[in-house]
Order: sequence, then structure tokens, then C-alpha cells
Amino acid sequence: MSDQPRILTGAEILCECLLREQVDVVFGYPGGAILPTYDALCHYPDLHHVLTRHEQGATHMADGYARATGRVGVAIATSGPGATNMITGLATAMLDSSPVVAITGQVGTALIGTDAFQETDVTGISLPITKHNYLVGHVEELAHVVKEAFHIARTGRPGPVLIDVPKDVQVARCEFVYPEEPIRLPGYHPPESAPQEQIDAALELIAASERPVILAGQGVLMAGAHQELREFAERAHVPIALTLLGKSCMPEDHPLVLGMMGMHGGAHVNKAIQEADLLLAFGMRFDDRVTGKLDTYARKAKKIHVDIDASEINKNVRVDVGIVGDLGTVLRQLLPRLERTPTPQWIDRIREWSDDGRRREFVRPAGEDPDMPGFDPEKLIAGQVIFDLCRHTDGEAVTVTDVGQHQMWEAQYYHHRRPRTLITSGGLGTMGFGLPAAIGAKMAAPDEEVWAVVGDGGFQMTMMELATAVQERVNVKIAIINNGFLGMVRQWQEFFYDERYYATPMINPDFCKIAEAYGIPTRRVTRRDEIADTLAWASAIDEGPVLVEFVVAKEDIVYPMVPAGAALDEMIRRPTRDDLERRKSEKERGAPKPAPAPNA
Amino acid sequence: MAKHTLCALVENRPGVLMRVVNLFRRRNFNIDSLTVGRTHRDDYSRITMVMEGSREQAELVEKNLYKLVNVIEVEYMSGLPTVERDLALIKVQVDAAARRDITQLCDIFRARIVDVSADSMIVETTGEEAKIESFCELLRPFGIVEMVRTGIVAMGRGDHNLRDHGYQPQVALAGARKSVL
Ligand SMILES: Cc1ncc(C[n+]2csc(CCOP(=O)(O)OP(=O)(O)O)c2C)c(N)n1
Repeated sequence: MSDQPRILTGAEILCECLLREQVDVVFGYPGGAILPTYDALCHYPDLHHVLTRHEQGATHMADGYARATGRVGVAIATSGPGATNMITGLATAMLDSSPVVAITGQVGTALIGTDAFQETDVTGISLPITKHNYLVGHVEELAHVVKEAFHIARTGRPGPVLIDVPKDVQVARCEFVYPEEPIRLPGYHPPESAPQEQIDAALELIAASERPVILAGQGVLMAGAHQELREFAERAHVPIALTLLGKSCMPEDHPLVLGMMGMHGGAHVNKAIQEADLLLAFGMRFDDRVTGKLDTYARKAKKIHVDIDASEINKNVRVDVGIVGDLGTVLRQLLPRLERTPTPQWIDRIREWSDDGRRREFVRPAGEDPDMPGFDPEKLIAGQVIFDLCRHTDGEAVTVTDVGQHQMWEAQYYHHRRPRTLITSGGLGTMGFGLPAAIGAKMAAPDEEVWAVVGDGGFQMTMMELATAVQERVNVKIAIINNGFLGMVRQWQEFFYDERYYATPMINPDFCKIAEAYGIPTRRVTRRDEIADTLAWASAIDEGPVLVEFVVAKEDIVYPMVPAGAALDEMIRRPTRDDLERRKSEKERGAPKPAPAPNA
Repeated sequence: MAKHTLCALVENRPGVLMRVVNLFRRRNFNIDSLTVGRTHRDDYSRITMVMEGSREQAELVEKNLYKLVNVIEVEYMSGLPTVERDLALIKVQVDAAARRDITQLCDIFRARIVDVSADSMIVETTGEEAKIESFCELLRPFGIVEMVRTGIVAMGRGDHNLRDHGYQPQVALAGARKSVL
């Protein structure tokens, strides 16, 4: 290295800084205000740029990339419409605490505030949906801002950070001095360990508990605390309920793992939570989808809540012991003195409820369960497709879902075994997330088999990203669960709006022909006995995307379900054969359809 | 519902006030008054806010303020010995008789007459909220034309200080605007 000062443009500094953050891929879309940066990117071959087909796709890809690995995902867009197209992706990343850095071009500093062509106040717009954001005023600030942005995105409770870079800042030159010293922010101190008295208080409650349940959320994955969690649960004999985003933090075939909690969680899981005398909430945030009606939630339980974000403690649910800290560290603080007399009768009780639930709710492979009510054996059931996908991939694939019924079936029927193998938009519930996030995930983890499991509705929101997958030869397997409906909305209409299926039936394109138009190998599955072969065929394709359309029953419902605003154990269960017979005869007599009776 | 006073030190960077204000909107907190102004250092400002709600809500506000990267320190003042001051300018309609009465009231309340015209006068009063409110009540019968209040500013007594933890701005740029707005 010479001692000559390196005079670089802002755009070059940006690229240099990305390299220092170990960025290898950026997802983006060019335009006027970001062009200087694109012009610099072409001189940095180590920063592979993926041209998406929409800026929303770029943010979801960066998000999927981040969730698959825990590394920061990077998305780039131009000013104005490019930046506003990122908003949904940023909000998605924000609500699910995903480390994403978004870089947007901005009109030149002198033009800011004049309503110049493609000017938009993106720092203003994105303020409530980013962890932090920056409008860079001078090229001299840039290196520092980028370093700070990555630091903020990945530390503490991760989240998206946006950097808005005016065009003149990209063009201006200054000496490039990389800020080597660690970031020190006056008002930003992610907590680490917990005070001893909180640990003591928690240990005391744990030792005294007879019916404890662990609620494991995404924080377990983000803290990389799955080993500690497992050790904790095994040593203290505490069963584990998972949130949607917590799924995959423990192997789901582990005897202590109960399954998913919440609106479409297992009835036995919700019941266990309602009956528990101690809840250990680890890295989860008591979202309304997992608590049901708050004032009926787990009334018999004392609560211990461990979260890295202090503002989550006592936000929705008042807790007895709130511990702010890194989950892995806190668990390591708890483990040495962890003591509890096992209460096998508690586990047995939950197991009884669980067996009942499995009998009632869960679709089993045809033939194994001739009594499964309500379905024509000729029809393809989405639950079976997911069940088979899980079996075919040994629960080892990375699955990325879209939003809707198929997402819940994924959660119910795909039993993950390794951390970070389920990627799904939980907090925002963003339709259109699945395909682009799967592309990002596959690029982050090229050795994994990545399946995008998407609905026919959500797929059509971002299906233009098929072109991205083709151009980049991303080997992502796409399973469209086509029920011809906006299924989840249809389900609500069936239950709560008297079966008025308004604005939910869809006339869809021929998805296989769409795939063909992109040159993507494709197959359609309409019968159960075709599933296994088709999955094997899709798995064997080792370059570029592959698309399988599963034409499934329209009328299927995700059971069980806690209606919005009901108590967690007031679930709508799958009707039994008797229920169906009764309903049929009532219908014939012209009786009005009864509201679905919630029953425990 | 109870009122709670919180104070915060924030970095003097463009847009910081917007972040604070946005928080209240976004989290649906009920803010009574918010004042922001310079301090003895030109690289940070101090915000005093008064909110209505439960103690738990005040706690949530405090925690959410801490989440803002540009917030250096937050203090819940309501539990501490503090000096709290609000300043009001009140323009009252007057005739000769009223002018005399108001002047007397001002003496009692240690308010100051800062402007006099033919048919109105402006009085300035500083103090705790309750004092200002009772002063207003007495002025009301004369006819209040306009009134403006600064909102409460608060400071802990004795050694109850808002610590800045040795704050130094990270990127000191000669040309950068030092303002929270
Ligand atoms: C962007 C967006 N718009 C609307 C919704 C509301 N919504 C939730 S699920 C759903 C239906 C999804 O239908 P589809 O993609 O076909 O999946 P399915 O439920 O049939 O599995 C809708 C419209 C949403 N979550 N996201």
C-alpha cells in the first residue's frame, strides 16, 4: 500500500465499505439518481449485483438472504419510485427484525426540497419502518454512515436501515479513510447479560413451577441460542411451544417440542399455555396472533420474559420477571443453577391433548387415515402436499412461504429440524414475499435445497421475479399451492361473513405456461399419487428455478383456528364426520348455517 | 389519568425531533406538551415531554425513546425532586379599571406586564402549571384575547442530572447543520 491518500468518489467509497462489511451480493434496480453508484459497481466484481424486476423484490431478496444466514442483506434502488417500491419490503423486515441495509439514490443536495424529478422524502417515509435511517449530507460522512448502518442493522434487535445518498454525494470525491475504530453510538447500547437478581428471580420461579411451558420465538434463532435452549429444556424438563418465526429453532421431532402456538397453532399447544403455571417467553413478543384475547391469556401462569428489546417487556402482557439481554447469554447465566423437579404428569396431560388434536385436525396421507372426514380422496389436499414435501426432504430443506393458508399449512405440516430453515413473513404478513425471499435465501445458502411454498394469489404479486431467478440461474424450487382463491380470506368469509365469497375467487393464468415462457421446467400435480415423483423430479433439477403447480381443493380450511379476539383455547376445530352429516341434513332442511362453534 | 414528565438528551442532528414526535404518533402515546431547546452544549438538545397515561405507559415511552439511536439519555422526572416551569404569555382585553385590577393581580402572582396598548396588555408569567392555570382563571373574566404557553421544562434538583455519558459527536463536520429539526 502506498501512503498516497486514496481520493475516491462517494460511489466508490460506498462499494469499498460494502466490501469491508463482507457483502458479496447486492439486490437492486438502477435509475438516474443511483447511476453513479451503478457505474462504480461495475468496477467491483466482488460485489455481485442481482438485477431484480421490482424494487420490492430486491428488499425481500435481501431479507431472505439475511434470514437464511443472519448476515446483512443489501438492496439498492434509485430515488422516488424506486425508493417507494422498497417500502413494503422494509416494513416486512422491520416487523420481523431482519437485518437489511437499503441504499437509495436521492436527487442532488441542491435540489432537495424543490420537488425535483423523482424526488421523494424517503427518510421521512421510511422513518417508522426502519430501525434507523440516514440522509447523507457530505461525501466525508459516507464511510462512517455505512459502517454505522451495518452495525445498527445487525446488532441488538436487528432491523432494516436505510441510507439515502444524494447524487452529488455519490459523485463528489474525498480521501477515503475507512473508520477502523469500532462504532460507538451515544444512545445505542445493545444489552448483553442480565443482572443477577433477575436471574435469581427467574430461577426461583422455574424451580417452583409444576406446569411450565417455554415460548420460543425468533429471538432464539437470532441469538444463535438453540443449543442453550435445548439444554435448558432438557435439563429442566420443560416443553417448548414455538411461534411461527420461532419454528426451526428446535428439531420438531424432539419429544419436548409441542409445535406451534397461536391462531393456527395446535389446540394442545394453546391449551398447555392456558393451563400453564409458568411461561418462559424466550425471544418472542406476545403478538396478538399468539395471545388471543389478552385479558384471558394464560391467567394461571407466572411469566418470565427474556428479550433483547426492553420495550417489548410489559408491552402486551405484564410479566413477573422481565429480563433484558442477549438470549444466549441469559440462558448461559441461568443454566449453571437451573433446578427443577420434573413433572411428567404435566407432559402426559399435554400429550393426551395432542393425540386428540392429531386425530381431529391433521390430514394424514391417504390410506393411512380412511376416516379423515370431509374430503374426496380424488382431490389434492394442500396439507398432504406439505406433509409429503417434508417427508421427501426429510425436514431438511429451507422453506420460504408466502402468506395465507398455505403458510399455516407449512407451519403445521412441515417439521423443521435445523435452525433458520423456515423463512416467512410473520409480523407484516406480506403477500408476495415468498418467491423473492426464496431467491435471496438460496443465494445466501447455495448448498441448501430451497423451496418457495406460495399461494396462487401471493405468487402473482411478485412473480416477475421468476425472471431474476432465471437470469441468475438460482436453483429455487417453487411450489404453487393453487386453490383458485385468496384462500385465507375465503376462510374468513366462510366463518365470519356468511360464505359471501366476494373478491376472493381468482381466474388464474396457466402457471405452467408462465413458467414455460421463462424457460423454467414445470409440472402440474392434480393427484395425490403424483406428488412424490414430482417432488423427486424437482429436487433433481440442479440449476435454475423449477416450478410445480399443485392444484388443490378450494374448500379447505386451516384448522384449528382461534377467531380474532377470542381466548386462545376457544378454537374452532375441524368438524367431525358427525358434525358434517348434521350440517348436511340441516342444509337440506333449509336451516341457516350455524356460526362455527368455538369449542375447546 | 396521571401526568408524567420525561426528559431526554438528544443529538443535534437534522430530523431527530421528527423521530421523537413520530414515536408518539406511531405508538399511540398521548402527549400533553413537548418542548425542545438548546443546552449548554451545541451538539445536543434537551427535550421535556409531559404525557398522560398510566405509569406503565410512561415506562413504555421511556423504553421506546431509548430505542432511538440519537437519544443519549432519558430520565423519568416524575419520581424525582425537580423544578418544573411553564411560561405563558397572556393577552387580556382591558379598559382603565381593568388595567388597575390586572396590575394588582400581577403583583400577587409575580407576573410581569410586558406590553401595554390602548385596549389590551400582555402579561408574562412563569411557574408551575397549577399556578399558571389559577392565574388564567382569574384573568378570564377580563377577556383573554390570546394565550401561548411554552409547555413544561423540567430539571432535577441537586445532583439529579441528565448524564450525557461523555457524549462526543461521531462525525464532526464543519459544515453540518447542528439542529434537531
Ligand atoms: C400484500 C397483501 N395484501 C393482502 C393481504 C391479505 N391477505 C392475507 S392472506 C390472503 C390470501 C392469500 O391468498 P393466496 O396467496 O392464494 O394463498 P392461500 O391463502 O390461498 O394459501 C390475503 C389477500 C396480505 N396479507 N398481503
